[in-house]
Amino acid sequence: MGIRFVPFFIAIVTTFSAGAAFAASPIKIGGLFAVTGPAAFLGEPERNTAKMVVDEINKAGGVKGHKLELVVYDTSGDATKAVQLATKLIKDDHVTAIIGPSTTGESMAVIPVAEREQVPLISCAAGIKITEPVKKWVFKTAQNDTLAVGRIYEYLQKNKQSKVAILTVSDGFGASGREQLKAQAAKYGISIVSDDTYGPKDTDMTAQLTKIRGSKAQAIICWGTNPGPALIAKNVRQLGIKTPLFMSHGVSSKKFIELAGEAAVGIKLPSGKVIVADMLPASDHQKRSLMAFVRDYQRHYQAEGDHFGGHAWDAVMLLKNAIEHGADSSATIREQLENTHGFAGIGGVFSYSAQDHAGLNKDAFVLVEVRKNGWAIVK
Amino acid sequence: MKREPFKFLLFAVLVLVAPLAFKGGYLMNVLVFVGINTMLAVALNLLLGYAGQISLGHAGFFGMGAYLSGILTATCGWNPWLAMPLAALAVGILATLIAFPILKLKGHYLAMATLGLGIIIYIVFNETVDLTGGPSGLSGIPNLAVGSLVFDSDIKNYYLVWTFTLAVMLFSVNLAGSRIGRALRAVHDSEVAARVMGVNARLLKVQVFALSAVISSLAGSLYAHTMTFVSPASFGFNFSIELLTMVVIGGLGSVYGSFLGAALLTLLPELLRGAQDYDIVIYGGLLMVMVMFMPGGLVRGIPDLFRRMARLREGAGNA
Amino acid sequence: MKVREFLCKKRKIMQLEQILQYTFSGLSTGAIYALIGIGFSIIFNATGIINFAQGEFVMLGGMLTLFFLEVLKLPLWAAIPCAVAVSALAGLLFERLAIRPLRQPTPINLVIITIAGSILIRGLAMLLWGKDTHAIPPFTGDEPISIAGATILPQHIWILAITLLIIAVNKFFFFHTISGKAMRACSYNRRAAGLVGIDVRRMVLFSFVISSVLGSLAGIIVAPLTMTAYDVGIMLGLKGFCAAIIGGMSSGMATVVGGLILGVLESLGAGLISSGYKDAIAFIILLLILFIRPQGLFGKAESERV
Repeated sequence: MGIRFVPFFIAIVTTFSAGAAFAASPIKIGGLFAVTGPAAFLGEPERNTAKMVVDEINKAGGVKGHKLELVVYDTSGDATKAVQLATKLIKDDHVTAIIGPSTTGESMAVIPVAEREQVPLISCAAGIKITEPVKKWVFKTAQNDTLAVGRIYEYLQKNKQSKVAILTVSDGFGASGREQLKAQAAKYGISIVSDDTYGPKDTDMTAQLTKIRGSKAQAIICWGTNPGPALIAKNVRQLGIKTPLFMSHGVSSKKFIELAGEAAVGIKLPSGKVIVADMLPASDHQKRSLMAFVRDYQRHYQAEGDHFGGHAWDAVMLLKNAIEHGADSSATIREQLENTHGFAGIGGVFSYSAQDHAGLNKDAFVLVEVRKNGWAIVK
Repeated sequence: MKREPFKFLLFAVLVLVAPLAFKGGYLMNVLVFVGINTMLAVALNLLLGYAGQISLGHAGFFGMGAYLSGILTATCGWNPWLAMPLAALAVGILATLIAFPILKLKGHYLAMATLGLGIIIYIVFNETVDLTGGPSGLSGIPNLAVGSLVFDSDIKNYYLVWTFTLAVMLFSVNLAGSRIGRALRAVHDSEVAARVMGVNARLLKVQVFALSAVISSLAGSLYAHTMTFVSPASFGFNFSIELLTMVVIGGLGSVYGSFLGAALLTLLPELLRGAQDYDIVIYGGLLMVMVMFMPGGLVRGIPDLFRRMARLREGAGNA
Repeated sequence: MKVREFLCKKRKIMQLEQILQYTFSGLSTGAIYALIGIGFSIIFNATGIINFAQGEFVMLGGMLTLFFLEVLKLPLWAAIPCAVAVSALAGLLFERLAIRPLRQPTPINLVIITIAGSILIRGLAMLLWGKDTHAIPPFTGDEPISIAGATILPQHIWILAITLLIIAVNKFFFFHTISGKAMRACSYNRRAAGLVGIDVRRMVLFSFVISSVLGSLAGIIVAPLTMTAYDVGIMLGLKGFCAAIIGGMSSGMATVVGGLILGVLESLGAGLISSGYKDAIAFIILLLILFIRPQGLFGKAESERV
């Protein structure tokens, strides 16, 4: 529950007219982000980042003489609205490509529109269904949940822990995580001894955790986005549960530590590399992109960029990359996107192909641990 | 009394030619949803405006229609034209069963009971993952088709949806003028008096409740086949409230009012563009002002306003 | 055979300890439902209105406390009364600006106007304080206390103690003060109350102020456990209403017991049956009570609720 009331949307049309007046025609990009509503934690940084990146690109003279023009609408996390707005972007604003939507549900709803109208769509949502099976016009930048699950299971396997309890939130994010946690368990020799869910607006999860405490779990994996996992961390502490607690990449931001406080210490989670950008070795391919993103976001919004914003950063930069390779129409952009190889972004190193429109491997995630003074990479 | 058919004909012609004005742009897509929402608002209005029974759970019936259609076609491979009436039938039976105990309640109690019902249905959508796909939704629902004509574009869907909407509107207009309509209004005004006059109030209310649920279910099926994707978030508590708002803003007991309400609420986002985060405040404020100053809804409020302005002008002329 | 084996195993796992923990968790959430439920009942009894905005006052309590703590840097003991005072003011304004001017106070219009009010309050809170969730420090530390193998936090004790205190004050007010007695008179028969010289409109206003105070208090004492955000009020409000229905819309012990029962059943349901259907349990109870005993679990049968 707790869904925003009437999902209105607001257009922020960012037009940049300064600079080379006689350059090639501008390229219009559409953005669909859930800036309000329950998925605002995704949509807001995504919109901010997309605006910021387009802004920076235009300041630097555009791409091959083309200015980028960004038209953003707020879907407020509503699938119906997302479809209407995607139609609007294509039919009224005549965009060449679309970035977003923010959530898997909205993306699945918008895919038929993009396919029918033949406009490339770079989704910022994580659901594996978006690009599996591969759809001709649909790409995505958010890492598959499969990769995050793999990171945790790999660690557990290494530490000879095979019985896990899972506690997932009953929304799209949690449902997708739950599906992957169950699907991949066998591959890593892991058995799920307790499978529970909680509501996105629940305020007390001690009942579920008490049940887990009664099971033989050697690790608890919780899949959700703020504030639920912070409550769970506090509840775990209250109940005196000593079983190691794992979270998803859904909480890999400062906000989680702020909310959970002391209770966050010791929790491990798979995360995009943004939060540990400064700890990465200089040899890391992504380091340059990551540092640039973090620096720019700090300057523009006086806040820390998170990996959700990173999804939009990757999407815009992938488009820029495609345009640099000579694309300027929907069809050519699609072709060039598919040819992307070894593009080091925020979410990982992207290599798309005709068979793979997700483009990442498990190096996209690192396992981090919350320490008293912040994040640390778990080797 | 001859005015009713004429009014309806005029409206139908307007609906028919409306697409010419938009030339297949984005608004066509919005108008498809105006059609679906009008159907829903008319359905709720039958219950709320005619029979005087509130429901805060209608999004549940809407969702059941959408999900039943979606599951029968996408998962079981049925023909959509077969799935649609079957879904409506199933929802109708369920609604009838629930209606008997729930319509014993009145006023605020009925509001809360229907609200609870809506939330329970929503939770079931969310939790029966194997059946509904859970929170991430159900995709791959086929479009409706007649022979080789597949309803897969906005303009085709527009005519498809509005055919149903007009049929529902015509039905409701006729119902209002019929014996049943008069009996309903009697129940609305005073149930006791209606009973004394020989109206089986209880059964009548149950029938209207079921009818309203069936229409909502049909709207849900249409929604599923035009969107080709459904997820629980579209059928939550908020949407029930939105429907209620459409009916109240449009005008209780008026079929065309329901259209006005549905159109206004579906198009409002367009009007409020640029309001950014203020939209929710504007929306709440608007709802409040409407109930306070135009309790009869737009259909009665606007003519009233004109009349009052005319009187004011007259007064000024006399002075 | 299999079934018996399974049951045996289950019994072994479901030790007393576990049940005790469910009960404790349930009681502490139940106490909050009870406080919110009493707020509903007070307004309902004085006016016949179900105030759908009740949950928003719970949100206001938490968010205002946060505001006074973080922005104005007040200490906790000062922030709480300030937050309660501002919430009371909001309740007063709500009654004066939205409820009283209503030209046609039919149940449907009242339902819609309170829903509109809740949207408006929630929207304003979002504009003022943003969409983020915030944590509030506990009143006195957060070291778990162990009782017979189950653990609770100091905040839980605060919640139970404050709830009991409020109920006692409530009881005293309604049975031993002139204003309280006048409000009770209104709830029995408004017309008669008016005839004996009670200012019914003032009593209605009073009821809104009192219930917004109760709502905000509930929001404040629960915030350190549950955190707070602009949209926490919706679900809490609905659950509070369920509590009030179980208690037969009484503004006393019956609703408290109703809230506690609801909390415990929810917690047991989540632990023993299915966590996904936890909220459904609350609403199924609501429906059953409305169908079978609309006068509440403890009420005597009376004329139908019109």
